[in-house]
Amino acid sequence: MGDLLRPYRAVLASRIRAQRAYRTSFRADLFGTALVGLTEMAEVIVLFSAANGTLGGLDLMQALLVFGLAELAFSNADMMFGHVDSLAQQVRAGTVDVLYLRPQPLLAQLVTSDISLRRLGRTALAVVVLIWALAANDIDWGPRAVALLALALVCGFAIFCANFVAAGGLQFFLLNAEQVTNAFVYGGRHASTQPATVWVRGITVIFGFVFPMAFCAYLPAMLLLGEPGADWLPAWLGWFAPVAALWAWILALLAWRAGVRHYQGGGG
Amino acid sequence: MRVYARILAAGFRTQSRYLPAAFAGLLANATFGLLKSGILLTLVDDGGGEIAGYTAGTMAAYVWLSQGLLGSVNIWSLPGSAERIKSGAIAVDFLRPVDVQLAGIADDVGRGVFALIPRGLPSVGVGVLVVGMAMPAQVLPYVLGAVSLLLGIALSHSLAYLLGTAGFWLVEIRGLQVLYMGVSGLLTGLMTPVWLFPDWLKVIALATPFPAVMMYPIDVLSGRTTGADALWLIAAQAGWLALALAAGQVATRLGRRKLEVQGG
Amino acid sequence: MSRTTPETAGPGTARPRATARVPADGRTPSSDTIVEVRGLSRDFRVRDGLKVRRLTAVDDMSWSIAAGEAVGYIGANGAGKSTTIKMLAGILVPTAGEVLTCGLRPVKDRKKLARRIGVVFGQRSQLWWDLPVRESFGILAAIHSLSRAQERTRTDELVETLDMGDYLGTPVRQLSLGQRMRAEVAAALLHRPELLVLDEPTIGLDVLSKQRLREFLVRERAEHGTTLLLTTHDMGDVERLCDRILVVDHGRLAYDGSLDGLGRTVGAERVLIVDLAEPRAELAVPDARHLRSEGGGLRQHLAFDPATTTAARVLAAVSEQADVLDLTIAEPAIEDVVRRIYERATTSSS
Repeated sequence: MGDLLRPYRAVLASRIRAQRAYRTSFRADLFGTALVGLTEMAEVIVLFSAANGTLGGLDLMQALLVFGLAELAFSNADMMFGHVDSLAQQVRAGTVDVLYLRPQPLLAQLVTSDISLRRLGRTALAVVVLIWALAANDIDWGPRAVALLALALVCGFAIFCANFVAAGGLQFFLLNAEQVTNAFVYGGRHASTQPATVWVRGITVIFGFVFPMAFCAYLPAMLLLGEPGADWLPAWLGWFAPVAALWAWILALLAWRAGVRHYQGGGG
Repeated sequence: MRVYARILAAGFRTQSRYLPAAFAGLLANATFGLLKSGILLTLVDDGGGEIAGYTAGTMAAYVWLSQGLLGSVNIWSLPGSAERIKSGAIAVDFLRPVDVQLAGIADDVGRGVFALIPRGLPSVGVGVLVVGMAMPAQVLPYVLGAVSLLLGIALSHSLAYLLGTAGFWLVEIRGLQVLYMGVSGLLTGLMTPVWLFPDWLKVIALATPFPAVMMYPIDVLSGRTTGADALWLIAAQAGWLALALAAGQVATRLGRRKLEVQGG
Repeated sequence: MSRTTPETAGPGTARPRATARVPADGRTPSSDTIVEVRGLSRDFRVRDGLKVRRLTAVDDMSWSIAAGEAVGYIGANGAGKSTTIKMLAGILVPTAGEVLTCGLRPVKDRKKLARRIGVVFGQRSQLWWDLPVRESFGILAAIHSLSRAQERTRTDELVETLDMGDYLGTPVRQLSLGQRMRAEVAAALLHRPELLVLDEPTIGLDVLSKQRLREFLVRERAEHGTTLLLTTHDMGDVERLCDRILVVDHGRLAYDGSLDGLGRTVGAERVLIVDLAEPRAELAVPDARHLRSEGGGLRQHLAFDPATTTAARVLAAVSEQADVLDLTIAEPAIEDVVRRIYERATTSSS
């Protein structure tokens, strides 16, 4: 097993060393990603403060719990899988061809080809917001709450990662229109921070089930808070977050396989 | 002046080659538009049909106009001139008989105006069809709106150019760019209308040129602000644009002198 | 993509026999065929505005390369060279026909094949641009599951023969082109591949760097029996490295044979380029061919064969007719060579 992972470890370790080598710009980048997270949070705060007590059934602190969960899972996924989203660019630069010359599976190589430690800035902010929200909300602490929290973070991470992989797979087809995938990668991120009660029907279908963003944060948070959830998305569905993550990965791997076949066959 | 008109036209034409990318951007805009309308319209509903002067119709107009403007204004990235300033290649541009600042901005504004066709108009179309956004029935708001829109687009690119001139003095301007991105995303009113901000944040926002990039044009075009108030907003935009252009001109001259004295 | 468990077998594992099939033309299959190409074709769909055209990059090619050969794969830009290499390496699927590299089907057995071939794409680096060269080698050794001992021996050997000791600690992005190409070649050879494919290895290099790289490749081949397949625009590469050339033209094989005989006279030609004081009609010089004129005759290109005359003699003959301001001696453009080989091949076969 150790031998199997050695190639990936070697690449990742080198990426980490390289990023730490440029300390000043690394610090600026850490600050930058934290700032991006901060403006996303500002949006939530502005909206829920402007609301008359609650918005979509949630008050500000409840909304920040959803935001914190989603933000933490997303920034972790972005750190480890974010570069898969730039596949079209890598195809144009020819770096994908180089991966073909190495004796490991393509996707595993691509995922481990980089890690964006600068996203730790955003992660740190998400941790602070999450802890703040967990403390401020009325949560019945016990094994159930801890299990739900772990479930949300693990499955949320898996779903966001799956979105990046699906985006990579589709970009083999969309070499000049790769921004299409922004709709579900970054649109999906945005959706995961919202209360699902405000969604129009089409969005509920797309981000409740096709790309199961509601399972990343909203549904587990509603279980934690003892809130009922939304139409079509009752809180108890939150226990099915692992099923949602599995579904997201099935979709992602199908997209990836189709993309690779297209690249070797028709495109290029 | 003819020179800049031609550069502007060339920018317009280059952009037309990236139609697939523009449509891809439209899909992302539409998704974000739907997500934003969901929560903002709920906010209006909960407020009894009106919040901070927005009705459901004008709020929907805000959402789709702001998404539609995204392809035309630049609040995220450094312009091409910034790369040339950083690499020192700008020295060559100074030898041409055109003003470096105006030429750079004219090119970007050309692209921005073009983007209204594949991204701006369809985004508004989606808004009208899907959510029923309210648009004014008179002609005047459109005329004033067009002026305001153009000023907003020009202002965003002038500010981006000004940001890029920092490269004359700083080795690395990425930190500055990230800061700019974060602040402008919030203060232009892209994420939520500036008028929903708590008072202290609203005061800060209005003291910067950022609301003049997106918030004012949207207010004028959607007919939320009309008459003399609309003219005031346009005057404020023109003022900010003049200020940004003047600052850019001064920075360019100082930067050029520095290049000539120190040889880059 | 097949997602089987990555193979962990080291270089000591028994290798499958290279070729088990009998070729259609009844030749005795050599047990050490490294590349076998049969009826290989590859089409691309090219979008041209709204229309979609089919473009045939490789058109029904058949040839094979035996272990230990050094083959130059030459042709004009767009002749189908890169497409062929991508099919050999398992990056592209053929539209028709078959290819076996090291006895393996490249796409299906990509991961196994990756352990047995090395590829240098002149324009696409396999090194990590922000890391010292040494670290890139370390990562590649891990990627190819070399033991520490194997890694050390092989790296030391390559560093010495390619003379990379001075810049092992330098980040790749700071290397000169010549230094980087040597590092690229070393990176492709680290796992001792049986076949080394080089796509334009000397493009952009200065004379000394070219010379060094060629010497190294000759030596590597002599010591380890590595099979070489290289695409190039440089006749010097072909002359000094290859004992066989394949010429492709519009996706088809135009010539397959040694440089001796057919190719030599063409390939060995040199071109004297003279800048004259005033425009002249086409110069007529004994033992030299006028290739073309530029600037209405201000610059003229004259080809000559060093076996029958010398540059000095050609120059002397030119000087008798016109004032020479400046001169350059160049190797012929590969496009000219390909055209002439192609012409000869078609005339001799008809």
